[in-house]
Formats: sequence, structure tokens, C-alpha cells
Amino acid sequence: MESISPDYVKKKYEPIVRGGINEWPVVALSKNRDEFIEEVAAESIKRIKEQAPTRDALIEELETTVFRENLRIKRNPWAVDPEDDENFLKRVKEQLLEVSQSDDNEEIDLKIDEILEEIVSRYASEIAGNFKKSRYRMARSIVTFGFARLLNASRARGFWSIFSTQYTLQDKINITGEVDQLRTLAKKGTIVMVPTHFSNLDSILIGWVINALGLPAFIYGAGLNLFNIKVISYFLNSLGAYKVDRRKKNMLYLETLKSYSSLAMQRGCHSLFFPGGTRSRSGKIEKRLKLGLLSTAIEAQRVNYQKGKHDSLEKIFVVPVTLNYNFVLEAPSLIRQYLKLQGQERYYVENDEYSTSYKISAFLVKFFTKGSDISVSIGRAMDVLGNYVDDQGESYDKNNRVIDTQEYFTLDGKVISQNEQREDEYTRMLSERIVEEFHRINKVFASHLVAFTAFVIIKKKFQKLDLYNLLRLPEEDLIISYDEFRNSFEEVLRKVHSLYNEGKLNVSPYLTGDPDQIIKHGLKNVGMYHSKRPLVRNRNGDITTQDLNLLFYYHNRLDGYELEKYV
Amino acid sequence: MNSKSMSDKIVGVLGAGSFGTAVANILAKNSKVLLYARNPATADEIQSSRLSAGQQISSDITVTHDLKQVAEACNVIFPIVPSANFRELILQLAPHLRPYHMMIHGTKGLDLQIPEVKGPNFVLGKEHVSTMSEIIRKETVVVRVGCMAGPNLASELSTGHPAATVIASPFTEVIQEGKALLRSENFQVYGNADLRGVELCGILKNIIAIASGILSGLGMGENSRGLLVSRGLVEMIYLGQALGGEISSFIGLAGIGDLVATTTSTNSRNFTLGYKIAQGKTLDQALEEMDEVAEGLNTIKIIKQLADSQGIKPLITETLYKILFGDMTPENGVNFLMRHQANIDIDFL
Repeated sequence: MESISPDYVKKKYEPIVRGGINEWPVVALSKNRDEFIEEVAAESIKRIKEQAPTRDALIEELETTVFRENLRIKRNPWAVDPEDDENFLKRVKEQLLEVSQSDDNEEIDLKIDEILEEIVSRYASEIAGNFKKSRYRMARSIVTFGFARLLNASRARGFWSIFSTQYTLQDKINITGEVDQLRTLAKKGTIVMVPTHFSNLDSILIGWVINALGLPAFIYGAGLNLFNIKVISYFLNSLGAYKVDRRKKNMLYLETLKSYSSLAMQRGCHSLFFPGGTRSRSGKIEKRLKLGLLSTAIEAQRVNYQKGKHDSLEKIFVVPVTLNYNFVLEAPSLIRQYLKLQGQERYYVENDEYSTSYKISAFLVKFFTKGSDISVSIGRAMDVLGNYVDDQGESYDKNNRVIDTQEYFTLDGKVISQNEQREDEYTRMLSERIVEEFHRINKVFASHLVAFTAFVIIKKKFQKLDLYNLLRLPEEDLIISYDEFRNSFEEVLRKVHSLYNEGKLNVSPYLTGDPDQIIKHGLKNVGMYHSKRPLVRNRNGDITTQDLNLLFYYHNRLDGYELEKYV
Repeated sequence: MNSKSMSDKIVGVLGAGSFGTAVANILAKNSKVLLYARNPATADEIQSSRLSAGQQISSDITVTHDLKQVAEACNVIFPIVPSANFRELILQLAPHLRPYHMMIHGTKGLDLQIPEVKGPNFVLGKEHVSTMSEIIRKETVVVRVGCMAGPNLASELSTGHPAATVIASPFTEVIQEGKALLRSENFQVYGNADLRGVELCGILKNIIAIASGILSGLGMGENSRGLLVSRGLVEMIYLGQALGGEISSFIGLAGIGDLVATTTSTNSRNFTLGYKIAQGKTLDQALEEMDEVAEGLNTIKIIKQLADSQGIKPLITETLYKILFGDMTPENGVNFLMRHQANIDIDFL
């Protein structure tokens, strides 16, 4: 094995809540699941009515929802969809028809309230997770035990090694960054973890990370498509996931989802969601975040202040996390989708390439039997306005002056007011801060750097071509002499280290030492399991690619640092 | 909003120049005002003489030179000082500011920050140029920031003639607060969410105002002014878009409205500067004769540098730069512009 730097030291974290699993808010939530769903439904109805304040507006909203749901069922059905979806919709449609035929306003109001409640309750119980203590414990030990067995079987030799305990998942996945702060704040405050999203594996990986850090279970929004697969569905349910269906973009659903998230946070449940919404298609770190769920963090913080929770340790803390891979299983299809979308393809259906358990199992076996390190960088915690906080939960301005987050919700420092437009603007500001932090804590791997350098060299050689023509270049144009590559690589590497010294990004420990070795390590790891490798050395020792699209994808990881001019 | 409910609030104004004083007087119609002057002696003098920048000040205005007092007494603060002093003032105020403060500035200039050590690959870019609201956001904890712009010639505001202003901010509450504080029977207040665009309107129109002064100084007549105003607006829009503003703001009160006022009024400082230059005075002589800053001068300098490094060619700005800082005479400047091959009238809408 290659040398490992001190920050990669294996560490065992004790669970942080003394009272144990019984005191986790998520357990309380699941114990009173029905009651919570009712609360979510009531809150959602309140919000929906605020947005559609008149009878006509509400009817229109209901009709739009039914129309869109119909389309979804017809055009894009998933295995996980409940069987009675179609019947339910039919019934709602009939009820809406009755409404349109009635003249009695009172009766209409009663009817539409009924319909609204029916739809929203259905959504709320679909979204709600089904956390079970016993299953959580079991799932946790299966994941830990199972992964460890796989690892040991593959790395050590011989059949009996399956019982060896030499390797654990932590050899595979390195967690670095502000771990201790996260553990401290999680004891009293509410954590909102916002990771980058590159792969479907993220959902499982982050669940493991949370557990490995000794943190109580987080509730997190996982794509409904993941629940298609029985095994994964079992784990996700056990680990505290709630379901997010990206196909449902109607206002009723979105408001229900936001109510769920906000109310859970207000009850102190640590939450996690991928603020980019879906996996990054391009391989770039997210630059634009989805604001819907993010706004619930700001709202929950304001509500908590209104309820008088002023203790700084009881705040809501936003913790950005980046997941750094050498290899993304879905890269070929992701980048294809990205190019299609960029090429103005009009109709694009959310598809589901993880459709079979086989595919994902095959990947997991590959992942564990061959060495491809993953690293998880935990960022510094921020308050909901994006100010850094210390271990006591106090917020600081950039001159290290303590500031009271509550004052952002007041006009005079005293009276807390609710102002949706203000909170929308705060959400936008928070999202900008998270994007900034993503770039700062992003860990540059040798594999990213070789891909970046090679792609930019090719791009600069054919400056006049646009992206689409560039990607269609014939193979013979894609060869870069090793010396040329090495020179550019060293320039970029130097800049990366200087950015690292300025605290503008993070680097993997493999990024030091002899450049030839770093390049070798990078070439070995970049997109290592793809049948067509994004980057290889040919017989003459020169650098070339077997799949330029993939090279573009892995190169994109370092987009946004303005490194191009150093190639 | 009725004046009774406002009377317990104290509003802060930073800067006792002619515009700051005029704004303080407008605010004093609805609230008590704390007016800050940097120099303690000046502050005392204004406080006792009740005269600031040649204007009588309202009895509801108290003058101070203590920034801490302003921050503590006021929840809403209007910084109105020349752009050259803006950052320094904000840095001094920053330690006293809290997240609940709101700031609406009235400074129509840019701030240029070039790093002291420049790398070999250094290119001057947008990131080195800040508007005043960006300075506030960068240097303080205040997030609810807005600006005030529009045809507000300081000397006219003090006479109480009908006028209007735009309050721009991404926060509706800032616009509402600005309206409540400023509005009076002779003073209308409009809102705009495009803060950057409105700031740029106020900043860029000063360039055209100087050019307009030059036309008058040369005795060129109103046809030429019509030409200048319309081509000037096009140039403002190009520059404004390049700097991140929205077109729509430029055809509003802060854009065309302000442009018309400053390019035709002899009361405008930027107009006056251009006028003096056209009359054959050197830049130093002209500046010597003026008692307040003409922001357009600094703006031309910054925009010229930025345009050079970004490879864009703002014709009017570049010509003015040559007249003000080079050896081109005003007459040659006008000739040069007139000889320039005319393009399509409007190609951005």
C-alpha cells in the first residue's frame, strides 16, 4: 500500500449522545409518525392556501396537479409507484368534475378542502421516512460488517481472510475536515448537512459516514428511484431516509416536501439533503443550488427563534460536505445527458440507470475488490446566513466579532418578524456561501488533475472548435506527448498547491512528491472501472484517451478555479 | 405611513455634503435625523449655525461626528459620501454595525481595488471594481442593503420642487422602509429590485454628463445634446450589461430620468466640470474652482482601465479620457466622435 498521510489516520468515534438511540429526535419522530404526518399535512395546506389564496386559484392548482400527475403515470412510471396511483387520480378527477358542476360556493369550498387534504396527506405519508430503531441497528451492523468482510476478502488472501478484521471501511473512505466540530455541535444543535452529489452511491456512502462519525441518524431526502431496489430501499428506510420524487414538480408536492423538512428540523432532527437537487450531470461541482429545501433551514431557524430558542448551541448549523471520487459509476450516462441537455434537446425524461439490483451489486463488488479511495471532506459549520460558527455555536463576522444570528430576522435587534421575501433572499445568499465552501473544501485528487490537464491541452490545441466538435475529434488527434503533458501538469500542480496554501481548495496527500509518480497514480485511478478509460499511456508512453466525453467529465471537477491559463 | 408613528425612529445620514444634507432634510419631514460629519469642528459649526453645504437644516436634524452614536441610535442609515471616501468610512463604521441594520446609500461612484502585489498573469477584471453596496456587503455584517438613485440634483432638492427617486434593493423590506422614510408630498419614491443595475445607472450617467457640459461649453446647441443623450444611453447600457446590470433599469427613472436631468442642468457638478474644460480650463484649474467632487471623473478613469483590460471599446468614455487626461482638445474630441462611422441605432432590445 502507498504511504498514507497523518490526516488519514483511522480513528474510531464513539456515539455522541449519551442517552443512546432512545433520545434521538428521529426516533421520537418515527414513534409519532402518524401524528407527524398529520402535522405536515396541516402545515402544507396552510402554505398552499397562502400561495393560492382564492377559490379559483386553488381549483386551478388542483387541476394542474391532476394533469401533471396523469402525465407522470402515463409517461414515466416507476416500479416503486403505488399500484392505486391511477385509481386515486381517477377519483380526484371525478371529485374535481363535481366541483366544476356545482353552483353552491359553500359546497365547493368544502369539497376542494377535502380534495386538497386527501392529496396532501397522501404525499406526506409517501414522503415520510419509516425509521425503526431495531432495523437501524441491524442495517448498521450489516453495512459495517458486510463491507468489512468484502474488503478483507478482496485485499487479504485466502478464504479465511473473510473473517479477518485487518481492513475496515475506513481504509477505503477517508474522512477529513471539521469532524470534531461537527460532533460537538451535533450534541445540542441541529445539523443540516449539504453534500455535493455526483453518484447514486452518495446516499449510501453518506449514511455510512454519519454512522462512522458516531452521529445519530440524520433524516435525508433520497431519490424515490433508489427505493425501486428492494435491498437499498430496506437500508434507506432503516437509516432514516425520506423519499423525494423528482418527477413530481407540482406545487402541492413541493410545499408538502418543504413542510416535512422544516418541521423535522424544528423538532431537532439532523437533516441531510443534496442541495444541487440531482447528481451533477457535467461532473462539475454544483454552482447553482436548488433553493426549495435550503429555504426550510432558514425558516426553521426563524421559527425556533420565535419560539424562544436563543441558546447559540441550539442553532441550526449548515455543514457543507464534498464527496471526492476517482471514479463515478454513472459517469458515461451522466455526461451523455449533460451534452444532450446542453445541445438543447427539448424532451428529456428523468431516467433511472440504477434500475436493477444486479448493476449496483456488481458495482459494489468492483468497488470493494479493487482499490479506489474515496474521501469525504467535512466543511466548517455555518449559521443559516453563511457565517462561520465556533464550537460553542457562536457566529463570527470576518473580523472575528461575535454576531447574533437572530438579529438578521429583526429590524431593531429585538422583534423577530416573518418576511418570506427576505428569507428567499437569505436562501440565495446561503446557497452562494455553500457553493463557495464546496470549492474550498473540495479535495483535488491526482486523477482529477491529470484529467483536467489533458483535456485543457487538447482544448487549447483546437481552440477554434466548439465543445461539440471538439468531442468528435478523431483518435489520432488526441495524443499528447508525455513531456508536454508533464510540463503542463507541473504548472497546474504548482498553482493547485498555491491555492491550497491560500485556503482556496484542499488536496489529497497523494498530490506531493515526484510528479511522475503523481501522474502515474492519477492515470491509474481516473475513471478506473470504465470499459473505455478516460486517460491511458499508449505504447510510446504518450498520453491519450479512449473516451473524450469521459475525460471531459472528470476534467470538469476542477472547473471554476481558473486553472486553465496554467496549462 | 403617518408621521406620528415614525417620529420615534431616528434615521442616520452619513455625509454632510450638499446631497447628504438635502437627503437629511427630506428625511426630517418624517423622522428625527442624525447627520454625521467627519470633521468635529464642521459638525459643531453645522449644529450651531443650522447651515450645511449652503442649505438651512431642519430643526429635526442633530449633527454628530460620532459614528458609534449613529450606529447605536439608528436602525436605518444612509451613507452619502464621495466614492473615494466610502470604503474608509464603512470600515470605521463596521465594528458598530449589527445584522439588523439597513443601509441605503446615495453615492454614484465606483471603487477600484488593485492588489498591491500583481502576479505576471494579472488582468484587471470586474472583481476589482466594486459598487458601494458591494463594499457594504463585503466589509460589514449588514446584508439588507439598497441604494437611492434618480434625478436628484442636490441644489434643486433643497428648494422643494417636485422630484422622485428610486430605491433599489433585492429586499422588498428595504424598498418599503426607504419609501416610508423618504416619501413626502413633493417627493415620489419608486422601487426596483435590480440593485446593481440602478447603481450602475447613477454611476455611468456621470460620464455622459461631463460630455454634455463640454457640448454646452463649446456652444453646440440642443441637436447635438439629443444625439449625445441617446448615444450616451446606448453606451451606458452596453457598459451596464457588461458589469452585470439589467437593461430595464436603464430606461427607468435612475437611467434615462437621471441622464436627462444631469445632462441639461448647469447645477450638475459633472456637467459643470465638462463646461469648464470646454471653456479652455485645464483639469486642475477646473477642479480647483469646484467645491465638491464630480464623480464622473473617477468613473471615467476606472471604466477606461477596465475596458482596456477587457477589450471593449466605449467610444464616448474613451474620447473623454483623452480630453481629460490626455492632450485631445474638446473640439477635436467632438470632431472625432462625429467622424466615427455610425452604427445601427438600437441593437440591444
